[in-house]
Amino acid sequence: MKLGIVQFPGSNCDHDCLHVVRSVLQVEADLIWHEATQVAGYDALVLPGGFSYGDYLRSGSIARFSPVMRAVTDFAEAGGLVLGICNGFQILTEAGLLPGALLRNSALEFRCGWVHLRVESTASPFMASYGHGQVLRMPVAHGDGNYVADPDVLSRMRDNGQVTLRYCDAEGNVTPTANPNGSVDNIAGVCNESGNVFALMPHPERCAEPELGGVDGLGIWQAMVLALTSAPLRV
Amino acid sequence: MANGAQIGDEIGFAVTKARIYVTYKPTVLDPQGNAIQTALHHLGFADVESVRMGKYLEVELHTDDTSRAQEEVEAMCQQLLANPVIESYRFDLETAQ
Repeated sequence: MKLGIVQFPGSNCDHDCLHVVRSVLQVEADLIWHEATQVAGYDALVLPGGFSYGDYLRSGSIARFSPVMRAVTDFAEAGGLVLGICNGFQILTEAGLLPGALLRNSALEFRCGWVHLRVESTASPFMASYGHGQVLRMPVAHGDGNYVADPDVLSRMRDNGQVTLRYCDAEGNVTPTANPNGSVDNIAGVCNESGNVFALMPHPERCAEPELGGVDGLGIWQAMVLALTSAPLRV
Repeated sequence: MANGAQIGDEIGFAVTKARIYVTYKPTVLDPQGNAIQTALHHLGFADVESVRMGKYLEVELHTDDTSRAQEEVEAMCQQLLANPVIESYRFDLETAQ
């Protein structure tokens, strides 16, 4: 089993992801430079956080046209697991692999700190380690995390279980004060219709070891490996 | 090319300039526009009803074929310059020489 972590100019969480996969999960992983035109040999892909292309024009809008994204799109459309974190989320929405878009935080502030998340749906294989309604604690660090989608798109997403994670308080109540960025319905993470493409604004790679203050993010990584072990897919 | 010179000046070919305006759709909240509106109120501009912030781009094309330029700029807006999920766009074209 081998995971590929896509590295764009301006990615800055790529090595954190690489560390978690190699040292914590003990799974083989490589960085894939954004100029690569194929992703053959990888069982799952990660689009890490950062500020690809300086967030010029719109966050993720330029990275979405990096040569590697054609291969990432083919991989996703063939059912391959793709995880997007923070800037990776923005790139996946810009690429049309996930619904909606991410705008400037409503308070116009870069938000850096720990948040609580409620697991809203376990439909995606990335959520297999968690229970429905479980409250997780993860760090966020973003300026453009304000999730929006048209009302009809949102309603379809809810029906399909694509709204995966929502910001909540420590008790699991989804409240406006628990929302760090103004996202519609406190949405923090979503998946595509078939569940194989999943992304979130919080950073599961920064909370996968007790030394970092929490391990609630580890479940996402473990679920990815579990999914590959039970139903490996090579595209 | 010297600063301030137009692309067509030196070689003498026609240039079509597109002025492109990208704005949030009316249904999308604009936190930056809201912040500017608040500042304008603080400055005493009490009549300000709303502020929407957008982007302005100038793209120069090496052609004097307006219908071709129209098609190309349309495609640029759809593929990259605007995100149809949250933004709409409009543009005008001006051909020089």
